[in-house]
Amino acid sequence: MIEMQDAAYGYGADPLLSGLSLHLAPGSFHFLTGPSGAGKTTFLKLCYAELLPTGGTVSLFGQTATGLTRDGIADLRQRIGVVHQDCQFLNHLPVSDNIALPLQVTAKGGPTQDSNLTELVSWVGLSARAHALPPELSGGERQRAALARAIIMDPDLILADEPTGNVDWDMSQRLLNLLIELNRLGKTIVIATHDLALIRAAKQKVQARVLRIQGGQVQAAGADL
Amino acid sequence: MTRAQDLWLLIRGDSQADRVVPRSGQSARLTFATAAAMAFLAVFAMAIAMAAGRLADRWSDAMAGSATIRISAPEAELDAQTAAVLTVLEQTPGIISANALSESDQHALLEPWFGPDLPLDDLPIPRLIELTEDGSGFDGDGLRQRLAAEAPGAILDDHDRWRRPLVEAASRLRLFGVLALVLILGATAAMVTLAAQSALSANEQVIRTLRLVGARDAYIARAFVRRFTLRALTGAAFGMVLGAICVALLPSARDTASVLTGLSFSGLGWLWPLTIPPLAAATAFIATRIAAFRTLRGLQ
Repeated sequence: MIEMQDAAYGYGADPLLSGLSLHLAPGSFHFLTGPSGAGKTTFLKLCYAELLPTGGTVSLFGQTATGLTRDGIADLRQRIGVVHQDCQFLNHLPVSDNIALPLQVTAKGGPTQDSNLTELVSWVGLSARAHALPPELSGGERQRAALARAIIMDPDLILADEPTGNVDWDMSQRLLNLLIELNRLGKTIVIATHDLALIRAAKQKVQARVLRIQGGQVQAAGADL
Repeated sequence: MTRAQDLWLLIRGDSQADRVVPRSGQSARLTFATAAAMAFLAVFAMAIAMAAGRLADRWSDAMAGSATIRISAPEAELDAQTAAVLTVLEQTPGIISANALSESDQHALLEPWFGPDLPLDDLPIPRLIELTEDGSGFDGDGLRQRLAAEAPGAILDDHDRWRRPLVEAASRLRLFGVLALVLILGATAAMVTLAAQSALSANEQVIRTLRLVGARDAYIARAFVRRFTLRALTGAAFGMVLGAICVALLPSARDTASVLTGLSFSGLGWLWPLTIPPLAAATAFIATRIAAFRTLRGLQ
């Protein structure tokens, strides 16, 4: 699904990430951890081609990221759901429209999708808030709405960047359970987080691989987790 | 998606797609006002170009096909030279008729300038012969040489030295009118580009979000292009109607017709201003599309 061969990325002269070589298999569950500024978000951006590697290769669904056209990247993102820490909503549109945005921009809307949307909004527990504007939502509601938007296209891969960063423990458990449920449906999940308690809780429920970014390298985390 | 499909989607519109970009009051007002002002000016530029064109044609037609021979000779030789000139003219190919103006005709010509009381009899006024050419015209140089031999006091004035600068001035004025139209279109394109870039910059986060969820550049560009094209179209239509009303209210051309009193459209010429709104819309379409894709290329 995602394969990196000696991939590197740097914002300036010095690479932030280098020598990244890994393979994310379909249906797998990964945590990505590391200190702030280690490059977790950069790693995720390489996974959905918002950033292109400055060295090595990144293959997304069998296609080399650097060889993709802009339309190719757009099409690729229809197979990848992304949950940002700051959610990135269109604040002038109601929550339901924000969740349906991927359907709309790809002209895949329709009666069936409307029904799916209602079901999805209900699944993330936002039926009562569907017509609210994003700024009116609480942190947990925003994260659930972002998750709903990320999965409405039935993507193969879900990338979540600190999805529990702005919510309390109960809400983070609820979000985690939603992601685990998606993984059981066959989705590949990658969660970037520095919340070790969340990782420990998840490992009791799902077989997750933990990757740690340190010194610009990605390593498999040890038994301390 | 082909360009034709893209254009069709742009024309047809998509109410959902239109909503994804928040409405920006400032850029909307700026585009509308710019298009209206430019269309208003374009109507006048068009009117000037057309009036200048009519004037050039009128001057050209009025003075073409005729010429004058002026005979300045001592009193005693005047009639003889006049007769000689008329004989030469009868023999010259390309001349339909030649008519020596009578004294009363010449008085009538000069009276508006010198008044009725001027003693014209006492002035050494040359004899004038008015001639009319046929469609093919005559050989001016040849005629001058024959006149120099047969009637030394005769000077041929084929009006060319008067007509040419007037026609040139009117043609130049028409060219300036067209140039003004081109400049107006260019200024419209520049203003719309600035407004579009401002809107695109203000909505950078929206664009990033749309890219994030899988929107192609064409989809995002369409939302902006359609909006700016419609604003330019409605603004230009408003300015065009206003300009046409103002042109219609200008004083109409009378006997003293000049470029100012004749500043209007005539007949089917009134249809020309109707081309301004689509032209403004096309300009806005191209300008916004270029600006949108340039901005989008800067965002991954």
